[in-house]
Amino acid sequence: MTYTAERPPLTETSDQLRARIPGWGADLDPRDRPSVPKLRWQDDRTGAHWEFPERQPELRPRERSIEHKFLTPVFGTPCPPRGLSGALRRVSYRRFSEARAAHWLILLAADRVDAWEHHARSLLSTRPDNPITQTGLRSEFTRHGFASRFGSTRADVKHQWLDPVVVGGPWVLTGIAGVAVTRRVLRRARR
Amino acid sequence: MRAMVYRGPYKIRVEDKDVPAIEHPGDAIVRVQLAAICGSDLHLYHGMMPDTRVGTTFGHEFVGVVDQVGSGVRNVAPGDRVMVPFNVFCGTCWFCARGLYSNCHNVNPNATAVGGIYGYSHTCGGYDGGQAQYVRVPFADVGPTVIPGWMDDEDALMLTDALPTGYFGAQLGDIVEGDVVIVFGAGPVGLYAARSAWLMGAGRVIVIDHLEYRLEKARTFAHAEAYNFAEYDDIVVHLKKLTDHLGADVAIDAAGAEADGNFLQHVTSAKLKLQGGSPVALNWAIDAVRKGGTVSVVGAYGPMFSAVKFGDALNKGLTLRMNQCPVKRQWPRLFEHLRSGYFRPADIVTHRIPLEHIAEGYHMFSAKLDRCIKPIVVAGA
Repeated sequence: MTYTAERPPLTETSDQLRARIPGWGADLDPRDRPSVPKLRWQDDRTGAHWEFPERQPELRPRERSIEHKFLTPVFGTPCPPRGLSGALRRVSYRRFSEARAAHWLILLAADRVDAWEHHARSLLSTRPDNPITQTGLRSEFTRHGFASRFGSTRADVKHQWLDPVVVGGPWVLTGIAGVAVTRRVLRRARR
Repeated sequence: MRAMVYRGPYKIRVEDKDVPAIEHPGDAIVRVQLAAICGSDLHLYHGMMPDTRVGTTFGHEFVGVVDQVGSGVRNVAPGDRVMVPFNVFCGTCWFCARGLYSNCHNVNPNATAVGGIYGYSHTCGGYDGGQAQYVRVPFADVGPTVIPGWMDDEDALMLTDALPTGYFGAQLGDIVEGDVVIVFGAGPVGLYAARSAWLMGAGRVIVIDHLEYRLEKARTFAHAEAYNFAEYDDIVVHLKKLTDHLGADVAIDAAGAEADGNFLQHVTSAKLKLQGGSPVALNWAIDAVRKGGTVSVVGAYGPMFSAVKFGDALNKGLTLRMNQCPVKRQWPRLFEHLRSGYFRPADIVTHRIPLEHIAEGYHMFSAKLDRCIKPIVVAGA
């Protein structure tokens, strides 16, 4: 009973649980738990044979957090910053620490610009973006899209209608803007 | 090679990319056999993680065969079947030396607040991931381990993230014999966390979700009581009633940044990206645990701010514990548990998808179609 000192009783004893559930209590002793205590000196260094790793060559300027003393000895190299999104990313890394909301908000904005840049570029390529195949919509028909959603108490159905807005919204807005610009250009040409 | 490539929120495709090169003497190139799609990949897919660049290949859960090694690699060789922890880590920095491999300071120039993770945005180091035919694996002497002959490839794949993370989440709860444990989220990590809570002597394990098929899995795989929060006006009140109004001793947030249950929280985070994550499950955990209890967080959140109820956590005298899982630290003990036959990790795998169809796999997983719990990608198919 919670409002007195006794603890509410459990419906099964430890012996009953041990009999019902394979492995029950195998890690009852905290010394058997690999992450207890949190900081535990690792003598084997998990196979490392260096004090400080050799440095990966920096073949092009690599952006880094200003909270780091220097470029880490190893880093990823795909997708270096380029275009307007790259400029935004460089500003974010050069100017703002991870402690500043501006750092993350600029990076998020750069992500959106990056997507627009690539979509625009793809339209000029032999393989333009295809919102139907790239969003995996086919699985709506092959993976029981209707039956998976309806007739249940799923909470996410309440907001899934927003997903097409998030995906298609920029395309629709771009289309509207494109039509508006084209009409204005044609109108001016007729004058 | 063929690789999954991010094209913007909700959009991915498979395209030809160059096979990754050795860029450091400690690198290996691994030919991927199986990769998994993680619930946290959906945060990238939905555009929630800052500095997720178009062209990035996702995938931090993968197993494969070593194809090439750098000049400094001693512990693995071409032809070895390896499982690779999702953490990129050096093994010798201040954090690694103390076992915090997920907090390595030598692998992520983009941020000090998070370590390196394969295929998880430039915020996590800018490494390409394993949803491809080949992947670069830095510090190959430290991270990868040869898959034991007795271990199934799909079990090994589950050991690269989901199972150790769930097991780690139960450890963060500091469970003692007879504790009541509530797990929020019946996805792969939640199912493993619930299963692991029993290993640590829990007296009662309760799992909360809104997807009935996952709750059913929680009952059968994790031997847990399971409740659908969508069927209750207020799940916290229901949980208080279940625990004689004391609250649970331990609550584990295994849902993370896209938790459902509060429309405003979900939309402001997952759709509008105004929060680092939707802390619905975390706030429920804070409210459902007893005063003086422990909240363990292993659901992934982005680096931005989130509307978390810290006042309740303070006033209740809670212990909040959290981290990305240092995977390799968990392996020796988990290997023992698997050999003992306590459970089979791959029992939660529901779909096996060829790499070429990965866009459909992502949509299915994201939209929770076809009773999907854990989809894996067959890179060589």
